[in-house]
Amino acid sequence: MHFTSFLEEGRLTVALTGEIDHHCAKAYIQEIAAKIEAYMPEICVLDFREVSFVDSSGIAVVINALRNMTQIEGKLLLTGIAPQPMRVFRASGIDKLVEIREAVS
Amino acid sequence: MKFENYMILDFPSRSSNEAFARSAVACFAAQMDPTLEELGDIRTAVSEAVTNCIVHAYPDKIGNITLRCRILKDNVLDIVVKDRGIGIPDVEQARKPAFTTGGRERSGMGFTIMESFMTNLEISSMPGKGTTVHMRRKLQRRQ
Repeated sequence: MHFTSFLEEGRLTVALTGEIDHHCAKAYIQEIAAKIEAYMPEICVLDFREVSFVDSSGIAVVINALRNMTQIEGKLLLTGIAPQPMRVFRASGIDKLVEIREAVS
Repeated sequence: MKFENYMILDFPSRSSNEAFARSAVACFAAQMDPTLEELGDIRTAVSEAVTNCIVHAYPDKIGNITLRCRILKDNVLDIVVKDRGIGIPDVEQARKPAFTTGGRERSGMGFTIMESFMTNLEISSMPGKGTTVHMRRKLQRRQ
């Protein structure tokens, strides 16, 4: 698991990398929750540009981030989603729960 | 001859083997000349099946997972993921979207994704004996 994050005017961007499966999902869930708790952003952006693969564990990462942001009345956005992760998000219906911007075709 | 090629892998239920298992199946399936989308679907379904073994079949120990792939006629990839773990008491319930016994780090979408990404999905399970997930994906012949 490796990610970078930055905060700019109440907007927390978390850039995820690599393949997100059960092996690394728990660490991502905890790290993202810790960042949200520390910075209390109005908007949290999960940037998937460098993510080449997700399975249903990736859905759990998004759902937990959504839960964290809802608790502080903030908003979650997903960006830069490649075709394979997009198919997983669509199959699970998560694209109806979370706003997705700039999907990569 | 009923099948054109096959491979069998045995490995322990360590989560580091999730990436190994899906990559191994993708490498094996490459000889069928799949599209990127088909390959992505197959990797995803294998990842779900193997993760289920690791999380649910062997919750408190490391057990054995057997992965078998065959290439059947008409460009069908046949995948079996088998464990000898605790089994699933109610398979119908386990197949329902968002049902999980795995807690917050699971989404309960594993079987739903396997169903939507594969052409066929059969699950047989015996409590105390183990679970077998049998999936098939028909690949499009490229022109």
